[in-house]
Amino acid sequence: MTSSLNLWLIPVLPLAGAAINGFLGKKFSRTAVSVVGLFFSGAAFAWALSVAARVSFPHDPELFAHWIRSGGFTVDFAFYLDQLSLVMLLVVTGVGFLIHFYSVGYMWDDPSYYRFFTYLNLFMFFMLTLVLASNYLMMFIGWEGVGLASYLLIGFWFTKDSAASAGKKAFIVNRVGDFGFLIGIFLIIQHFGSLDFTKVFAQVAPLAPETAGAGFLTAIGILLMVGACGKSAQIPLYVWLPDAMEGPTPVSALIHAATMVTAGVYMVSRSHLIFERAPMALMVVAVIGTLTALFAATIGIVQTDIKKVLAYSTVSQLGYMFMACGVGAFSAGIFHLMTHAFFKGLLFLGAGSVIHAVGGEQDMRKMGGLGSYILWTAITMGIATLAIAGIPPFAGFWSKDEILWKAYQANWIYWLIGVITAFITSFYMFRLFFMTFLGDYRGIQVDAHGHARAADGHDGHGHGEPHESPMVMLVPLMILAVLSIVGGLVGIGNRFEHFLEPVFGSGAVAEAAGEAASSAKEYLLMGVSVTVAVLGFILAYVLYVIKPYLPQKIADGLNGFYTTVLNKYYVDELYARLFVKPLIDGSTSILWQGIDRKVIDDTVNNAADGARTISDNARHMQSGNLRSYAGWIAAGSAVVIAFMIWMGVR
Amino acid sequence: MVPLSYYLLLSGFLFACGVAGFLIKRNIITIFMSIELMLNGVNLSFVAFAAHWHSLAGQIFVFFVMVVAAAESAVGLAIIIAVYRTRETLNVDQVNLLKL
Repeated sequence: MTSSLNLWLIPVLPLAGAAINGFLGKKFSRTAVSVVGLFFSGAAFAWALSVAARVSFPHDPELFAHWIRSGGFTVDFAFYLDQLSLVMLLVVTGVGFLIHFYSVGYMWDDPSYYRFFTYLNLFMFFMLTLVLASNYLMMFIGWEGVGLASYLLIGFWFTKDSAASAGKKAFIVNRVGDFGFLIGIFLIIQHFGSLDFTKVFAQVAPLAPETAGAGFLTAIGILLMVGACGKSAQIPLYVWLPDAMEGPTPVSALIHAATMVTAGVYMVSRSHLIFERAPMALMVVAVIGTLTALFAATIGIVQTDIKKVLAYSTVSQLGYMFMACGVGAFSAGIFHLMTHAFFKGLLFLGAGSVIHAVGGEQDMRKMGGLGSYILWTAITMGIATLAIAGIPPFAGFWSKDEILWKAYQANWIYWLIGVITAFITSFYMFRLFFMTFLGDYRGIQVDAHGHARAADGHDGHGHGEPHESPMVMLVPLMILAVLSIVGGLVGIGNRFEHFLEPVFGSGAVAEAAGEAASSAKEYLLMGVSVTVAVLGFILAYVLYVIKPYLPQKIADGLNGFYTTVLNKYYVDELYARLFVKPLIDGSTSILWQGIDRKVIDDTVNNAADGARTISDNARHMQSGNLRSYAGWIAAGSAVVIAFMIWMGVR
Repeated sequence: MVPLSYYLLLSGFLFACGVAGFLIKRNIITIFMSIELMLNGVNLSFVAFAAHWHSLAGQIFVFFVMVVAAAESAVGLAIIIAVYRTRETLNVDQVNLLKL
């Protein structure tokens, strides 16, 4: 038995912060709210670091309290730490703390300042519960909890109609995925009689892969993947993530880029023993991931809202992670998850800084030339753009290249689509960068504009000229920029993979051996992916810097297709037609007008009407006429006497 | 000795007269007297049974009935006088406020 590390502290600290700010924050000053919010998220990060320094693997699950005991089936509040959860732990607490820090600057003028920090801390609690859970049920609690926090934060500006409905959409679409996850959990209980990771995986390990046909492992795998599709915004459930950009930008950075949406990747990786024994489920994962990567990237090209571009980029990058998981390269997926948390968190925070600078404007067509106004934001975002585009030696290059290499080993089609996506990614990211920071400023520079925007309840601050954000927002940007540069270096020589080896097994070692033999090929592929990244850069440079009139021409040339992509392939409309409208119509005509009005209401109304009619008639007996009362009494006695005589005779 | 059934028949006759008077008559005084008639019809059956079974319980019960009837006439006549004073009629068909 290894000594206890008090893992329970890590999630409970942010919970305490949420409770203090939530119950008392209304009366606190902004400074006090910030201190509480930052202290508890920072303390969680500090404790996670101290745990990382002291832990020795393998570390036994730490029991915190008993929960469900039902016959032989038990579920406990227990925390499990291995290399995988340690990586997630550090990413969540580290990036989370930076974003808390950033939010102090970003949200300072918001009237519901304390509420924001309450929700952020609450999110941290649930996310850490999810990551540290030692069984599927606790993971599910965290899973639902982050969904709740996500809902609350997307709809943070709930007086704005679009924000409120975006929150609802996220919540409802996630329910679809959670349903699959839940059924998967039930199947696990049915087949393994336990939900503890250690017990389930111990039973899964000796099973043979279901190569011949689909068995229960395949079913579990696919159902878990349905859950992951919801949370991690994969086809067909990705539709909520772009709308989620209605939330404040730090939320988009923390929840909808860096941490929560990667929960699906974490869950699939955590269950890798199940997936490895279900080739069909694994293939589903790979295909969904690959398609999503390409599909979302193409939508990203034409978006004009700076946050929407990043949202589709997130969906696309998550697709990469699932592609990695699908080809069995779980450590590559987690590696990309980590680097993505750095550079996408940075991109969103940078976008927040840009939005802050131009007074709430999110449309890139009204930006441009901001590089000279907000140099630090431009530099840090440039680093993140290079990182996501896959230019060496930035972080994204290492992880993306790892995924593409593993994909190539599995099937060259995955690799091909991956490379195409990498090209598109590079293109739209540089497009975003050029449209925002280079060229001439296309916004309106009158003082009134900022105030008008702020009145919309947008990320509003009243400003005239674009201006740099305060230090409290720039420092997290710089730290994340450094991480985006060096974060990938841990992957050199497969060190990251070796670190995760105890979790993902020796498959990685065998591949590493094969890798040495074909390193020439790997370098060739590396060259290809760098080339496409540079090509994307050049294309974006030509189209948006040298000849800025060209994109409109091309768009006009591709009229029909362009409109289709601009409207996101009409997927939202399709879902509305296929699912939402029939559901609403059915509810209206059958459930509301049919059952509620015709059956339930009518039963109640008719019962009341009947009682009224009967009483209406019966009340005439009470006429007030003494002799008629006497008549009733005489008649009643006569009946009673007749009855008694009849009884006596019989 | 007079058979029990004679007493009972007389008692039933008196009671039936009381009921009929109660139902038919409109004057409150008459109705009041009909009630007394019914009570005494019942009293007669009580004493008849008491004599037949050689039990004093019936006789004692009759005393109770008489006491209650006396009290009732005192209260009842007072009410009748009050009714007459307020409504200036003793016709029950016109004293019909007790209704919905």
